[in-house]
Amino acid sequence: MSVLFKKTKELESQIDEYLDSVIKGGLIFKIGIKCYLEGQTEEFENHLKELRKIEERADDLRRNIEIKLYARTLIPEARGDVLGLLESCDKVLNITTETLLEFSVEIPDIAKPLKQDFIELADSSISCLENTVSGIRSYFKNIDAVRDYVTKVQFYKKETNGIAERIKRTVFRSKKRHSYKIHIRYFTFHIERIAEHSEDVCDRLSIATIKRFE
Amino acid sequence: MDITVWFFITSGLFLGWSLGANHAVNVFGTAVVSKMVRFRVAAVIAGIFVILGAVFSGAGTTRTLTDLGSINALAGSFAVALAVGIAVTAMTKAQLPVSTSQAVIGAIIGWNLFTGSPTDQSSLSKVLFSWVASPLIAALFGFVLFKFVKRMLRKLNIHLLELDKYTRIGLIVVGALASYSLGANNIGNVMGMFASAPLFADLKVGGFFAVSGAQQLFFLGGLAIAVGIYSYGERVMTTVGKDLYKISPLTGLVVVSAEFLVLMLFTSETLEAFLISLRLPSFPLVPLSTTQAFIGAVIGVGLAKDPLSINFRVLGKIGIGWIVAPVGAGIITFFSLFFIQNVFEQKVIHPVPYEVTESVIERLRTSGIPTSTIDDLVGRRFDNKKIFKNELMSRTPFSSEQIFDIFQYSLVDSIRVDTALVLTRFDAGRLTEGQYQSIRLNHGATFRHKIDLERLVFDNQAAWSVTGNKLVDKQIADKKATLIRLFTIEQAAKIK
Repeated sequence: MSVLFKKTKELESQIDEYLDSVIKGGLIFKIGIKCYLEGQTEEFENHLKELRKIEERADDLRRNIEIKLYARTLIPEARGDVLGLLESCDKVLNITTETLLEFSVEIPDIAKPLKQDFIELADSSISCLENTVSGIRSYFKNIDAVRDYVTKVQFYKKETNGIAERIKRTVFRSKKRHSYKIHIRYFTFHIERIAEHSEDVCDRLSIATIKRFE
Repeated sequence: MDITVWFFITSGLFLGWSLGANHAVNVFGTAVVSKMVRFRVAAVIAGIFVILGAVFSGAGTTRTLTDLGSINALAGSFAVALAVGIAVTAMTKAQLPVSTSQAVIGAIIGWNLFTGSPTDQSSLSKVLFSWVASPLIAALFGFVLFKFVKRMLRKLNIHLLELDKYTRIGLIVVGALASYSLGANNIGNVMGMFASAPLFADLKVGGFFAVSGAQQLFFLGGLAIAVGIYSYGERVMTTVGKDLYKISPLTGLVVVSAEFLVLMLFTSETLEAFLISLRLPSFPLVPLSTTQAFIGAVIGVGLAKDPLSINFRVLGKIGIGWIVAPVGAGIITFFSLFFIQNVFEQKVIHPVPYEVTESVIERLRTSGIPTSTIDDLVGRRFDNKKIFKNELMSRTPFSSEQIFDIFQYSLVDSIRVDTALVLTRFDAGRLTEGQYQSIRLNHGATFRHKIDLERLVFDNQAAWSVTGNKLVDKQIADKKATLIRLFTIEQAAKIK
């Protein structure tokens, strides 16, 4: 019996570790963007490397969790929902990594007046991701709190959309080259995607929560 | 050893197999359909505990053995067991869970009709009562328990994985307990009728513990139930766990817990005695069916969760099965008895004599049964049930209950009061001094009717009178019943 208890605890801590990785990934993304905007190229590249490592580790953890859930036929009723949540959460982490990588590859030239907006955009998007992760954690342990996190995610997602719109309006009303405008819109869109996908995860989370006790 | 006895026993084994196949759903159905326990694992656990229950607790359930006690010929028992087996198997084939005990009652009624024996109306009312009470009480328990569990879980904030683990353990533990009780309570139906046939000699294992012949027989019956669970038990599970209502692990645990709780509270004499001894209010003991309690609990939980998710068409089909099983068993018994008696020339009933005496008439009068038309029957003996019944009915159209009472009181037995039997076969320490004296004073007295024994030894004796204390009165009634069986020469051999 103690083996059974130990294995469950192990899996619980693996899920926690996975969610921690997503949170860490979000924080590194925020710092990475800041470094990029401040021209600290070396630190930025280091953060990108770290984020890629975290993403790989998170992928391994997720696969491991999936295998364990199926092999031991655990939580048969909620298994599909849990795997769906973890996979879609992983997708958000992938987007953060891809976005930071695009900064490294394409080196977008962000004008000084837009820098603060970009920092706010990254902050707001990552807040979406953080609250999504907290919501998922609550789904496992404190289901009543899920709703609060979902509300927060919806709030930050709107904030993100607002900031992105502001950036795009500013850029497209400037006298910069058209290619520059399109480039900035592209990066704005990518950071905004983190919030969009976080909201999608939350939509799944809301349904999964209803299914658990209703 | 008579080979025909072994042939007759096959119908008991067939009944055991069909019982296992049909009742597997009650014990591990929710665990399997909710994918918490693999069917094979569930079937092995259920099989082991069914055998343990049959061997270690089944031997003590003499009461269930007497259910079939009225059938006094092995060929008759064969027909009854075969009919019940066929009826239950047909229901299993149709994927419908039914009550085996009710099918047994239906078959006994078929036997009664064929042999002209009066039917105990209380058996019939038991079935009718169980049809209504079992699902209702269990549904109420299921409903309340689910609401309670849901509220508690929201407060306790248990991790989903831990909840999964506790649910799994709960399902296995309750399933194992339910399997034990399935074996203990149903082995009487499966093998009870063969208990008096000397099939196995007592076995001593390594000089440490002995396995009685009855226990070996019950092991065989338990094995048949276990094989039924393993080979065919999965079939009915789908009907209840998927078609009737989609059961989740948690609702599955609530369902089996509600079923177990209801059966324990409303059918356990031990619990009733325990509560009374603590001067606590006890639950009224009512005859409930495990299958019907299980279906009731599923409905109760379904109503608490989402009433629209219950498939009422499937529920209707299950309800029809509850009527078809006993009626079908009765009809099959009737026709199989006809063939066994007339084609295979086997005795399906041993004739039992009946005699109306003055004391019988007096007893009938005190019971409020009119005797003016049968007074002249005093001293006449009837060796055939049908002739006796026709004689009675030609005089007064007695009701079924009255006929049953007249048969009960007029039955001729060979009864002899023997203190030696009390000292050797009955735990004399259980008797009070007054009770023992009332027996000792009548040592050696012989009777042809039970009522005469009761009148002389028990009636108007302070030691045997009703006290008003439910527990004490129940113990007195139990002691009286055991002593009567002990002093009845034919039945004494069956008491271990």
